[in-house]
Amino acid sequence: MGDSRRDLLIVGAGPAGLAAAYHAAKNGLRVTVVDDNPAAGGQIWRGEQPKATSAEARAWFEKVRSVDIQFIEGARVFQQPRPGVLLAETRHDVRELRYDALILATGARERFLPFPGWTLPNVMGAGGLQALVKTGLPIEGKRVVVGGSGPLLLAVAAYLRGHGAEVLLIAEQASSARLARFGLGLLSKSAQALSLKRQLSGVKYLNSCWPLAAHGQDKLERVTLFRRGKRWQVACDYLACGFHLVPNVELAELLGCIVDRGGVRVDDFQQTTVPHVYSAGESTGIGGLELSLVEGEIAGLAVAEKLDEARSLFPLRLRQRKFADLLNRTFALRDELKALVQPDTIVCRCEDVTFERLRAHSSWRVAKLQTRCGMGPCQGRVCGGAVEFLLGWRVESVRPPVLPVRVESLR
Amino acid sequence: MPESVTLLVDGVSVTMPAGSMVAAAILKSGKHAFRRSATSEPRGPLCGMGICFECRVTIDGEAHCRSCQTLCENGMDVGTDG
Repeated sequence: MGDSRRDLLIVGAGPAGLAAAYHAAKNGLRVTVVDDNPAAGGQIWRGEQPKATSAEARAWFEKVRSVDIQFIEGARVFQQPRPGVLLAETRHDVRELRYDALILATGARERFLPFPGWTLPNVMGAGGLQALVKTGLPIEGKRVVVGGSGPLLLAVAAYLRGHGAEVLLIAEQASSARLARFGLGLLSKSAQALSLKRQLSGVKYLNSCWPLAAHGQDKLERVTLFRRGKRWQVACDYLACGFHLVPNVELAELLGCIVDRGGVRVDDFQQTTVPHVYSAGESTGIGGLELSLVEGEIAGLAVAEKLDEARSLFPLRLRQRKFADLLNRTFALRDELKALVQPDTIVCRCEDVTFERLRAHSSWRVAKLQTRCGMGPCQGRVCGGAVEFLLGWRVESVRPPVLPVRVESLR
Repeated sequence: MPESVTLLVDGVSVTMPAGSMVAAAILKSGKHAFRRSATSEPRGPLCGMGICFECRVTIDGEAHCRSCQTLCENGMDVGTDG
């Protein structure tokens, strides 16, 4: 039997990808969703299947189950051998994924800033530690310092505490003045805010505070914190530290999409500068769950040519974008954080390149050639976000494969 | 689906809830250094989501597997370089 449906491929099974998949499948496209994790949900809904704790996650998983969608999990997209085809590596083979339309819902990662000791084992991202706990790491009774910037710190602290961790304090670099303005913006999400507040009652939340250094022999033992001219040490088992988020744009760049500083450039219908290639969610700019969902919905509807339905969601998207602007202004990193890194601090963790070796050069490109920074397995995904902030460098020159793959996967 | 899985981390048996990742099993086994860096520093997981490659270990003979994105399986043999 012939199947004349158009093929939509979605990279990323987080909220944006799922919302897009639902609308496109409901409207007659043959939808495949590919994700590098073993289960759908992205980072925010990690572990929400089969039993969801969030009503919103449960509702979306139900919607997604009500339509016909093919999921390919545990597969990492690494190359486009020709237009209309992507290659994804699984644990055992390579899948060739054909598409008529493509939606990149590749999400975001944490921004890491180098400081002395940040390479010690048990110094992790905030979302990083949460992901490990969600996937089996026992955290009960462990002492955790949560630090960096962004609303993620609160969500992570609440989650860890709910799983028995002793959250010693949350160190947020943003000032009280900025946070107060954000507090007003949060009123629209007050149920969420109140619930977080309840879960964190008694936990110290310090604004204008950040970790200066992590100490330990073979693993983390203590953290030095800094706030308003004072420094002090705290003994802990984990430092969960991330400085807000950066969009994952490598695949979009590989496909030739224009990427602005804030994320993948898209039009009103979430289409990138490459025809038939769309992007939705954090990859187009950091904006949180609700913006990701509505962008995903618009992208899915647009691909299905339900343009009026897509347009009806523009006002909601605009409101969420305003919230995102406030979010990003509130948690913009202060200049003092540029002084965290010391000359002998490793910035590129893959190649162990120190800050003094990097800053001797004029650009990312030159530094790469001279020091091998950004040329290890992570391909600059970790140090790129750091040098962008520390040195103002534009991190570019993505080339295939966008991730290290097995030799036999290349052809 | 079984409720737990048992695997070996550097020869030590670890039992994890089904659905756990290898990175969590390694930490639970008491190991903190997953690999050695270019200058022999001990390193462990950073991002927890397949981006940073700091958690890479050898799984069933295959080197450079990201343990934060690999599900634990019964009888799996995990080797760190820490």
